[in-house]
Amino acid sequence: MRGQALAIAGVIAGGVATFVMSLSTLDSLRLTQATYYQDYRFAQVFASLKRAPLSLASRIEEIPGVDRVETRVLAPVTVEIEGFADPVTGLLISVPDVGEPLLNRLFLRAGRFVHPNREDEVVISDAFAAAHGFTPGTKLHVTINGKRKHLTVVGVALSPEYIYEIRPGAIFPDYARYGIFWMARTPLSTAYDMEGAFNDVALTQASGTVLQDVIDRLDALLERYGGRGAYGREDQVSHKYLSQEIKALETFAIVLPAIFLAVAAFLLNVVISRLISTQREQIAALKAFGYRNMEIGIHYMKLVLMILAAGLAGGIGGGVWLGRSMSNLYQEFFRFPFLEYQLEPYVITTTCLVGLAAALLGTLHGVRRAAVLPPAEAMRPEPPVAYRETLIERAGLKRFFSQPTRMIARNIERKPLKSLLSIIGIAFACAIMMLGSFQEDAIDYMVNVQFGLSQREDLTVSFVEPAAPRALYELESFEGIEYGEPFRAVPARLRFEHRSYRTAIQGLEPRGRLKRLLNRKLETITLPENGLMLTDYLGGILGVRPGDTLRVEVLEGSRPVREVPVAALVSEYIGVSAYMHRETLNRLMREGNVLSGAYLAADLLKENEIFSKLREVPRIAGTVAREDAIRSFYETMAESILIFTFFIVLLAGTIAFGVVYNSARIALSERGRELASLRVLGFTRGEISYILLGELGVLTLAAIPIGFLIGRGLCAYLIVAVQSELYRIPLILEQSTYAFAATVVILSACISGLIVRRKLDHLDLVAVLKTKE
Amino acid sequence: MAHPPPQKPATGRRTAELTESAPAAILGQTKREPASPSRSIVLITAQIGKTMTTISPAPFETAPGTTLFRTRGLTKVYDMGAVQVHALRGVDLELFAGELVVLLGPSGSGKSTLLNILGGLDTATDGAVTYRDQDLTRANDEALTEYRRFHVGFVFQFYNLIPSLTARENVAVVTEIAEKPMTPEAALALVDLSDRLDHFPAQLSGGQQQRVAIARAIAKNPAVLLCDEPTGALDSETGIVVLEALERVNREIGTTTVVITHNADIAGMADRVIRLSNGLIANVQRNEHKKAPQELHW
Ligand SMILES: Nc1ncnc2c1ncn2[C@@H]1O[C@H](COP(=O)(O)OP(=O)(O)O)[C@@H](O)[C@H]1O
Ligand SMILES: [Mg+2]
Repeated sequence: MRGQALAIAGVIAGGVATFVMSLSTLDSLRLTQATYYQDYRFAQVFASLKRAPLSLASRIEEIPGVDRVETRVLAPVTVEIEGFADPVTGLLISVPDVGEPLLNRLFLRAGRFVHPNREDEVVISDAFAAAHGFTPGTKLHVTINGKRKHLTVVGVALSPEYIYEIRPGAIFPDYARYGIFWMARTPLSTAYDMEGAFNDVALTQASGTVLQDVIDRLDALLERYGGRGAYGREDQVSHKYLSQEIKALETFAIVLPAIFLAVAAFLLNVVISRLISTQREQIAALKAFGYRNMEIGIHYMKLVLMILAAGLAGGIGGGVWLGRSMSNLYQEFFRFPFLEYQLEPYVITTTCLVGLAAALLGTLHGVRRAAVLPPAEAMRPEPPVAYRETLIERAGLKRFFSQPTRMIARNIERKPLKSLLSIIGIAFACAIMMLGSFQEDAIDYMVNVQFGLSQREDLTVSFVEPAAPRALYELESFEGIEYGEPFRAVPARLRFEHRSYRTAIQGLEPRGRLKRLLNRKLETITLPENGLMLTDYLGGILGVRPGDTLRVEVLEGSRPVREVPVAALVSEYIGVSAYMHRETLNRLMREGNVLSGAYLAADLLKENEIFSKLREVPRIAGTVAREDAIRSFYETMAESILIFTFFIVLLAGTIAFGVVYNSARIALSERGRELASLRVLGFTRGEISYILLGELGVLTLAAIPIGFLIGRGLCAYLIVAVQSELYRIPLILEQSTYAFAATVVILSACISGLIVRRKLDHLDLVAVLKTKE
Repeated sequence: MAHPPPQKPATGRRTAELTESAPAAILGQTKREPASPSRSIVLITAQIGKTMTTISPAPFETAPGTTLFRTRGLTKVYDMGAVQVHALRGVDLELFAGELVVLLGPSGSGKSTLLNILGGLDTATDGAVTYRDQDLTRANDEALTEYRRFHVGFVFQFYNLIPSLTARENVAVVTEIAEKPMTPEAALALVDLSDRLDHFPAQLSGGQQQRVAIARAIAKNPAVLLCDEPTGALDSETGIVVLEALERVNREIGTTTVVITHNADIAGMADRVIRLSNGLIANVQRNEHKKAPQELHW
């Protein structure tokens, strides 16, 4: 009983710990996010524009519903780092010459803010600093607007605006190759030719006002100044990513603990029922002494509550510990300046209530059976249980079965519900295992598709301003660059019915060799002359199908608004985009044959020369090497998703062990007498082990294919739950995932089998035979 | 359950030689005693023949009246920590092939303990038990398992049938692993249950269940049938039917039978009655006129 109680308490603790861990991590992340946003005045509306005079700021302030306004100068920058050949780019953001920014304030992790009147000082983002080991005092060589400048790092900071630091257009952060830098307003304006002007504005909303109204008015105001469309937090990249990460965590926070608690309730149920049936004589004696049913029920309830209390205590303790560790991991991952670990009382009360409900549910049945037994009946030995021939035997297979094998089959069939629940319990362990490891397969697959079939370029170069095709010929003339393919990228808002989405339309060459669009079967599709191709996920967001017509609101240049049909949906796992024939896009923009950048095939052995050549071209805003994209993709995915894997493996092992071990122990207590009789008849230890463990073996083996099915379902559910604009994990399950899950389950089963086998070897033959059942 | 095909009962000298030598191999202590040349040859053949086939378990091969069991100074002490319970205090006893013995004695006198030791379910604290010259006291668990498997049939007060198997299958459990078993049908016919072959224990009365247990015990053609209070859980009428089955097995196939009871009335059907008291044999009495079970009442 002690072993079993421990095993059940373990499963309860596992469920409770996952529950507490997930929910407290979730709450902590939410609270930290909210506190950070509030304390550091994260703006609510953002807009960038070409250039507007500072005087416009007061007119923005007059927009009804606007609370505070901060105008800024944002400038792209390239950075040269000694000993680091890869192209490094970043964004320079102005901060007031004196005092702190009004909105999007910085948390200073090291050093100080920039001094007024010192034009070479810069504060850099923490992630970038950490990636290169930069500290206050480090000198940086940068190029702003084609002009080289030497800057000194004076501080390292965090901003609520850049919790995720992502290069525009990229999907994942790459801290070593993209950074955020803050510089005083005056020197930055001078360097970027923005004196007396601004090209970015952030603002907060007065409470009780409608976001869309503010956005619309701001857009109207900025239109003359080359506004690129204002947007709220929902479309702010860092906020969007953070929210999606938290949403993914939510899924885990509900699904996993639910499975655990269900398994724990089931185990409690069978163990208590069994315990009570072995104690029917004691119960009868108690009743004969005049104990009331209620009192007997309470006696067993106490036992269950003790197990539950142990499970809850262990689970809450462990969950708080895990939750703290997990929150700390997330704090590092998101680079929050602080962490507000939050253990809401509701988490504890919910856990206790859920645990109690599970335990009550599990116990009620057994206790009722014990309590209603009339004493006289309980004192008689239990009549032999009625058995029947099993279906497979009646189907004519009987003669192939030895008597022990018949025993196994009949025992399983006699309690179909219990056998089924055991199978389901084990199957869930198998399924959870798959959940833990399938992501690796999927990520490999995503990388192969994205970078092997779709994005085949070695380098991507983007220009500061749209350029003529001449710019591409120039690039192609560089030694080491073999081939170039132009693209045009235009920020736009796509509208369909009441839905809209801000993205960039990419104008591509119709039969590109480097950038290819794929259909669902991963076949290359040719861009049509007319119409848009949308990432299938974007099609889903907008609710469009091929043939529908979208309203395209370009957010650049003359900001044309057009109706464009959707030609097809393309299959993409990473990011969302809209694609168009480049010439058609040029026409739509009423511009000539211009490009925003180029995809390049290059000889990567000459990488360093290529990079230093590219740095000398002033028109180039940034260069991304594909290998880096793959690497940063892997790193981010590994960190953000696989954080759970270890816990999952541990927990799945616990479930598998808990179910198998308890089934084995119950089988042993139910059948000990029978097995001892067989030993008396001259059966060896091995032969009786076959009967007991054979049953568990059958259950385990039956559970595995069911586990595979449930696992597939869980993976599919998880994929849908965590899919976002960032990525959609494909449902790819390699054989190795199945094999791994099955192996862990079989191993846990074997371990519990071995423990029970040891007990079988010490079966007391004489004692068992002396007593009646 | 692969065992070599049953050998024809060995005859004369060869049987004697084998029965003399095989025990050591069976009881797994060949290493302890220096083996004489002739003995090791026998051992090798014994091992090739999977050990047990070389001593023939069939009772009719042991001439009626020869000594089957012999105990000398048999002692069993249960160490209960604070107290020591002396269940047997030096029992000297002989059991002869083919006889029906009733072990009589008050509750707690050591009957079950003695029977369990004879049946290889338990080991003695001191003294010796030999079964056909094999020393059971020094056998390890594997050897005792083999011994129970091929030589002993047990019947208990609480039947101990396998509830998930039918009457026929409960017998087949044993015949599947035995060497020269009867068919389950034949065994069940002996206890008059031919019409209950495919009934599960739950569908049988107590007396019927006990007769299935007897059929199961004798189906392997054991050398000895050990019954611990076989009628203890039954009313007298049913009890007599069960005793009839035992008596018939003893009479028709000559299985040496030991029946434990604290019911003195049952003693009437025995060849010999052994009275146990407080862990010692109080007296042994031979019945000149055996009663048939039908003549008993209690
Ligand atoms: N496993 C055991 N542990 C301790 N004492 C035992 C055990 N089995 C039997 N005894 C004691 O040994 C004595 C003889 O028991 P037993 O052989 O069962 O008697 P009988 O069968 O004649 O009633 C009794 O005092 C009994 O309590
Ligand atoms: Mg007894």
